[in-house]
Amino acid sequence: MASHGIRDRVAIVGMGCTNFVENWGKSLDDLLIDAANEAYASAGVTKDDVDAYWFGTAQSGMSGITLARPLHLHNKPVTRVENYCATGSEALRQAAYAVASGAYDLAMVVGGEKVKDTGFQGLNAFPIPNDGTARTLTAAAMFSMIVPAYGHKYGVDDDTMRSVLTHIARKNHFNGARNTRAQFRKEISAEQVEKAPKMAGTLGVFDCAGVADGAAAAIVCRAEDAHRYTDTPVYVKALSFVAGDGSGLIDPSYDYTTFPEIAACAVDAYAQAGVKDARAEVAMAEVHDCFTPTELVLMEDLQFSERGTAWRDVLDGVFDLDGELPVNPDGGLKSFGHPTGASGLRMMFEAFLQLRGEAPAERAISSLVEGRQLALTHNLGGYPGEMVSFISLLGASKD
Amino acid sequence: MRGIVSWGAYLPYRRLDRSHITAFLGQGGGRGTRTVASYDEDTTTMGVEAARLALTATDATPELVVFGTVAPAYADKTNATSVHAALRLPDAVPALDLGASVRSVVGGLRLALAGGATSLVVSADLRTGLAGSADEAAGGDAAAALVVGEGEGVVAEHLGGASVTEEFLDRWRQPGEVRSKVWDDKFSELTYVGLGRQAFKEALAATGLAPGDVTTVAVAAPTARIGKALAGKLGVEKVAGDLTDTVGATGAAQPGLLLASMLEDAEPGQVLALVVLADGAEVLLFRTTPALASFTPARPVAAQLAAGAPLTYNRFLSWRGMIQLEPPRRPEPARPSGTAAARNVEWKFGFVGSRDTTDGMVFLPPSRVSIDGERTDDMEPAPMADVQGTIATFTVDRMAYSPSPPIIFAVVDFDGGGRLPIELTDTDLEEVEIGGRVEMTFRKLFTADGIHNYFWKGKLIRG
Repeated sequence: MASHGIRDRVAIVGMGCTNFVENWGKSLDDLLIDAANEAYASAGVTKDDVDAYWFGTAQSGMSGITLARPLHLHNKPVTRVENYCATGSEALRQAAYAVASGAYDLAMVVGGEKVKDTGFQGLNAFPIPNDGTARTLTAAAMFSMIVPAYGHKYGVDDDTMRSVLTHIARKNHFNGARNTRAQFRKEISAEQVEKAPKMAGTLGVFDCAGVADGAAAAIVCRAEDAHRYTDTPVYVKALSFVAGDGSGLIDPSYDYTTFPEIAACAVDAYAQAGVKDARAEVAMAEVHDCFTPTELVLMEDLQFSERGTAWRDVLDGVFDLDGELPVNPDGGLKSFGHPTGASGLRMMFEAFLQLRGEAPAERAISSLVEGRQLALTHNLGGYPGEMVSFISLLGASKD
Repeated sequence: MRGIVSWGAYLPYRRLDRSHITAFLGQGGGRGTRTVASYDEDTTTMGVEAARLALTATDATPELVVFGTVAPAYADKTNATSVHAALRLPDAVPALDLGASVRSVVGGLRLALAGGATSLVVSADLRTGLAGSADEAAGGDAAAALVVGEGEGVVAEHLGGASVTEEFLDRWRQPGEVRSKVWDDKFSELTYVGLGRQAFKEALAATGLAPGDVTTVAVAAPTARIGKALAGKLGVEKVAGDLTDTVGATGAAQPGLLLASMLEDAEPGQVLALVVLADGAEVLLFRTTPALASFTPARPVAAQLAAGAPLTYNRFLSWRGMIQLEPPRRPEPARPSGTAAARNVEWKFGFVGSRDTTDGMVFLPPSRVSIDGERTDDMEPAPMADVQGTIATFTVDRMAYSPSPPIIFAVVDFDGGGRLPIELTDTDLEEVEIGGRVEMTFRKLFTADGIHNYFWKGKLIRG
């Protein structure tokens, strides 16, 4: 028994990503077609060159036909994937394993979500018949419970906690303001963050991710074939996934200051990639900043900060665009919104751009230096106490 | 010897100051306060709370449950079965609804006293009327539960009584209507005073007592005025307070509530008379026993009276459906699954988790597999409804659907093991803190497709 990973055995050779916006004028089909066509062009391949497809959507459609129909894929295996908010990442993981196994030469991943056709605010899950006893809180409320718990445990007073969360919100919007694909493209002031209407607990509007429609796509092949498609492939160093057993909801030892599923996922991912010191070796991270306190805790679970110290690193600017380890250089969920099936691939798209040196100058990271060559993407689904976690590590060169 | 073995009265936490009605509407209202059932309470949930208190105070086990209210949560479907399930009574214990009138409740008590079974008589009412009406201001919400039985545990022996039945139009409503109408207050008063005097006289004759032998009389009447008019004419020195100044006229709950209150003020060896005016008159006479001295009510009426918190009139109106507030723009919850609820009735209604018989871990909801994943079906039931807990962390959700947003929500760690993230009710946000203590209460989460979604919530333990 072991988690061996597929370090340097698979490469991403093309990607596409739509703008993430409240896209009233485009259907899911439109978004999938646009993302896929961009990815085909990026890899320089045609539809027929791709042997198999994995399609991630949480609840915008059922089965592989939801992708095969708009793209008119003929006699191809198309698998629909769902794994909460990590759906897009999970789809890529499946496609990467498929080419690594040798079953296919070229596989495509498309993730998309049409969120804004419901008329409701936020992300709302399909009701599955149940006995009526399950909680029905918003994600904002579930994640807001981190704030008092973290402050209480580490002796961080309410005002300081507020400043930390405000810094995270401002940082991600600063980055998003430099990204034409982002939903929100304005820098925001501390006053705007702190005076915004409260949503849940102490979290205001600017502590929460936006809600947007979007799609993204990637084409993967075995690493040895990568240069047939591009001079600048991005290699998969690790793909790790943990599905929690929900024990945090029932076990009093869980204290809402960490996400154990993510901590375990990080250990596995770093082992797959041979990372000994994440803080020193990771050049950038795209993380699941669904809410500002989520990003705070992630810095510790991903081993970027010691326990109880991430709040200080945040305030010190360690994760700013020009910091030691830029986090969410593309603007994150905060700026992009969260079309569930697409978000994980949108994160990889940013890693793809930054590692290939294709990110626009105004948001290009300067942390890619000798000994610090990896990009990390982290995508979660669920709530504190009951979540799924995905982590990838990517690099521009093979070891 | 047969009589009352135990009692439990339940007053909802919220109180409406009647002067706020006048200030808001320019009509209606009055002096004092009335109790208000929360948006997540109905007659069934209040009945459960009263019954829990009654059963906490005694070792007696009911062999029969009857439930009466003027405002039943369901028609066609039995409401007493929900009470029965929440109390986790054996399925061989019948649970029956009485008719939807005040008279049926005192009739149920009469039948229980005349019968042979240890009986749990549960009554609850949710009284309202149109905005600015007399019933809206004068009414009150409450529940009462009486355990009737035999033997040494009897705290008030039933001596007998009398009944007078009369067909006349005092008040009426069609099933499903939110309000009752009244024909003529003076007509009602004169009719009831006559009926009450007749029944009281016949009850004394039947038991060989004189008015002076009765220590205290309590009169449950449709209005305070009618009750007072009769009470002054019965020749009994002490008239028990009718609670209308603070609680209101509680309809079907009033007979049980007044009897409970009277018992809490009584000494052993006293004769107590309960007079109920409802489409006739019922008189029940009791003599308290030495066992009363050692009986401790689980939560006395006086303590609950002292414990309430104010509710604004506009919130009252929205809870009663008199004004509709704009809801959060979120989907309303889907109806609960009848089959899933049936499978999980011990959890949903009884709040029973499971306890690992090897390592003692408590699972809420119950689990078949141990936390390490190693063992299956190595569990025993863990009843948690009466277990208290501590808040580990908490939040307020201003966006999620609720019949009365926002939702206050806490992660509760139960004494002796078990954790559940759960909604808090009867709680104001500023009261909530990490380390705060919580007890469980049976509530209605929402209603969808006509199905009342009953489950448990936490509420703060104060003081």
